[in-house]
Amino acid sequence: MASSSAEAWIERHQQRDLLRFLTAGSVDDGKSTLIGRLLFDTQNLFDDQLAALDSTPDLALLTDGLKAEREQGITIDVAWRYFSTDRRKFIICDVPGHEQYTRNMVTGASHCDLAVILVDARHGVTDQTRRHSLVVSLMGIGHVVVAVNKMDLVDYDEDTYRRVCKEFTEFSARLEVSDVHFIPLSAKDGENVVRPSERMPWFEGASLLRYLESVHIASDRNLIDLRFPVQTVLRAEPDFRGYAGTVASGTLRAGDEVAVLPSGLKARVATVRDPAGEADVVFAGQAAVVTLDTDVDVSRGDVLARPANVPLCTQELEVMVVWMGEEPLRPGAAYLLQHGTNLVPATVMSIQYRTRVRTLRRESDVDALEMNEVGRIHLRMLRPLAVDPYTRNRSTGGLIFIDRSSFDTVGAAMIRDVQPLTSPPPPPAVDAAESQVSRDERCRRLGQDPLTIWLTGLPKSGKSTIAVGVERRLLDEGFASLVLDGSTLRSSLAHDLGFRPQDRREHCRRLANVARLANDAGMITIVAMVSPHADDRELARTIVGAERFVLVHCDAPLETCEARDDSGAFAAARAGEIEEFTGISAPFEVPESADLVLDTAGEPAAAGAIRVVDLVRPRIALDPR
Amino acid sequence: MNDYLLSHLRQLESESIFMMREVAATCERPVLMYSVGKDSSVLLHLARKAFDPAPLPFPLLHIDTSWKFKEMIAFRDATCADAGVDLIVRRNEEAIARGVNPFDLGADEYTRLLKTEPLKAALTEHGFRAAIGGARRDEERSRAKERVFSLRDGQHQWDPRRQRPELWSLFNTRLPREASLRVFPLSNWTELDVWLYIHLEQIPVVPLYFAADRPVVECNGTLVLVDDDRLPIGPGDAVETRSVRFRTLGCYPLTGACLSTATTLPEVIQETIAARTSERHGRVIDHEVDGAMEDKKREGYF
Repeated sequence: MASSSAEAWIERHQQRDLLRFLTAGSVDDGKSTLIGRLLFDTQNLFDDQLAALDSTPDLALLTDGLKAEREQGITIDVAWRYFSTDRRKFIICDVPGHEQYTRNMVTGASHCDLAVILVDARHGVTDQTRRHSLVVSLMGIGHVVVAVNKMDLVDYDEDTYRRVCKEFTEFSARLEVSDVHFIPLSAKDGENVVRPSERMPWFEGASLLRYLESVHIASDRNLIDLRFPVQTVLRAEPDFRGYAGTVASGTLRAGDEVAVLPSGLKARVATVRDPAGEADVVFAGQAAVVTLDTDVDVSRGDVLARPANVPLCTQELEVMVVWMGEEPLRPGAAYLLQHGTNLVPATVMSIQYRTRVRTLRRESDVDALEMNEVGRIHLRMLRPLAVDPYTRNRSTGGLIFIDRSSFDTVGAAMIRDVQPLTSPPPPPAVDAAESQVSRDERCRRLGQDPLTIWLTGLPKSGKSTIAVGVERRLLDEGFASLVLDGSTLRSSLAHDLGFRPQDRREHCRRLANVARLANDAGMITIVAMVSPHADDRELARTIVGAERFVLVHCDAPLETCEARDDSGAFAAARAGEIEEFTGISAPFEVPESADLVLDTAGEPAAAGAIRVVDLVRPRIALDPR
Repeated sequence: MNDYLLSHLRQLESESIFMMREVAATCERPVLMYSVGKDSSVLLHLARKAFDPAPLPFPLLHIDTSWKFKEMIAFRDATCADAGVDLIVRRNEEAIARGVNPFDLGADEYTRLLKTEPLKAALTEHGFRAAIGGARRDEERSRAKERVFSLRDGQHQWDPRRQRPELWSLFNTRLPREASLRVFPLSNWTELDVWLYIHLEQIPVVPLYFAADRPVVECNGTLVLVDDDRLPIGPGDAVETRSVRFRTLGCYPLTGACLSTATTLPEVIQETIAARTSERHGRVIDHEVDGAMEDKKREGYF
């Protein structure tokens, strides 16, 4: 090579693109032999790697990595192989075929654009083929190559090959795989792997390598929906403040208007930088730094999007989960979810069904998902996440589960349903019709003069317990009441709210309005809500009406509350995983003029509830009691 | 090129930058393992890009066995002065004073005393919870299965059976008490990718990668550079001046030179393509027993 041609070669190779593909199949399908063949025939193996093997190259041995695996003669984990041709660089993700390792296949598939599924020509589509295809479909891999291997053992017979193709086509119609391509080959003899086969003249398609070199994947990328998850904030002298991250999808240029999620604040992009420096535009896949023209609050975990095209901000999700933990997933269990650059505590609310990987059958009435099982579940997060459906956006539609004590990665999930799960309230009537029922009439009918009992206090100080105790006691005495629990209403009335001061204030405003409506309808309302800010409690008092507002402070020391907590929330807050956690990282303003202070650490809840009822009884009873 | 397409090098570049930013944003006390070789040069270059225009958010750590090539140390000091980075150099002074050398000890024990032990001590002493390194999966068979974010226990040991699954670009950096992370942003790069990128970005590397006339002596089929007078030269050994270069850099007595006339980057790249010997071949340490690298990693070698 003369030096000018060397330069040209280098330039051409610097411009090659990248294809990541997965190979799925069992030891018996000859998968390792196929990979060995690809590496061997494209001359991506070094002499000393060959010399480390026996004199007759067993291609399969080339790809077995760990000593333990060599001893057992099986591959037990995801292995990565690299090779390149003049046209492309390839990354092979080699995953084992046995059923117990579904998790490995899912892991590998999450990185790949294409999957090569090996089928033994003698056996056709097996349970294992079905399993691999399901995972490929679940993981949203758009391109599948069915490599019908061991054609040498069926005398390179065209009919056998056609039968396998037909079998696979029938079965895969039930899956979401759009682009399926079939190639008959023999990995052992190298037929149709790299060089076209002369033994199968009836096959007119390209060899596997040619196909991999030419398959078009560029249009798989999402260049429409701008999603820029902020990784970290870069600060430099004198006053540089840039938001660093990788563009998950879409494009972004200086001058574009963006919305910051979940806050919804808007700003205009001042500059964008790619790894080479300041740029006109940054796009999907690029590491970038963005500066904004106004000083809005942006931090890690926030997502930039176009104001007219935003992901859904939600605290509830429907996902397809693949479980990877040794401890099964069960309803009620709490995990950390990692989504984009966000980490948020979440609880499994329910398991809708389990999908049997072997048969694709759905089973409802499931109380747990074991390792390697796949199912659809309902999650509730402590803070909202900005999400897209996985099928539209792999970056903002996938998430992992982290165990709260070992911090191991125990599951992966694809977001399916991003519709708000609680239906939006109907628009308010502009002209309310005047009621024909008077307040007095309602009170007489119910035999009570309603008011709102507002219970404030630290998390786990006993507010909810007091609230239900009061409700019970009131009913026993003939009064009708309604409990509004601030925490549980976060999934419905306040599902769009987080824990920042402005969210808490909005939460207070909503509950106070509901409390007032209930009072107007004659009901006594008991609100149990942290409501840490004096201003917000004042707002509630104003909305409800001062004459009907009774403030009760559930007073327990922080240590007691923390000791009572079995949800792990305090621990998570201490570890910094939950921000703005009242008592730990956000203040609680002790009320100066509560109507009643309950010692919820020292006094039993039942006694506290009696004291509350004793306090309000004279005010709610129409007849003196 | 504006069809919004990224070449493989630009994809690898952005992915590596993402990984480094994840470390800086989520890990307690990160450090970048700087071993002066070409992979470290690329690593440092990517780290600067990841945080530009802000300064590097972590220090560099170099484990100096005292047997490194003199040119490596000179290059290291020039590079670190130039970048204004915070460099920590760590040596096992006790063992060095004792005269520990690669000739009297087997490669295993030598590596343990002068590399693995001081590395573990430095990580423990500084309380580094995440160490970024330049290892690539294409270097050696056991590395093909290691994660990008690789978990180590309190003794800095690697358990291949207890690796966390890594999905999408969601890197789980949460750690149990005592544990730490090794992070390999160049995992998906090959030797050729590294050279092509060095060429593309014009990244400076130690001159030992380019051929020059150098004094070498042949030991057990390997050409060893006579870098100083500590190299024992037997009566039968002939010191010859030959045109050699290095594909990989480590301790000079343990790093084999290859005969070469490649004095420019394109020539080096040309040789790399033509090479039919994988690059770690020049390193004695992998060859002692089958699965040598895996055993060393279990012990805490980087």
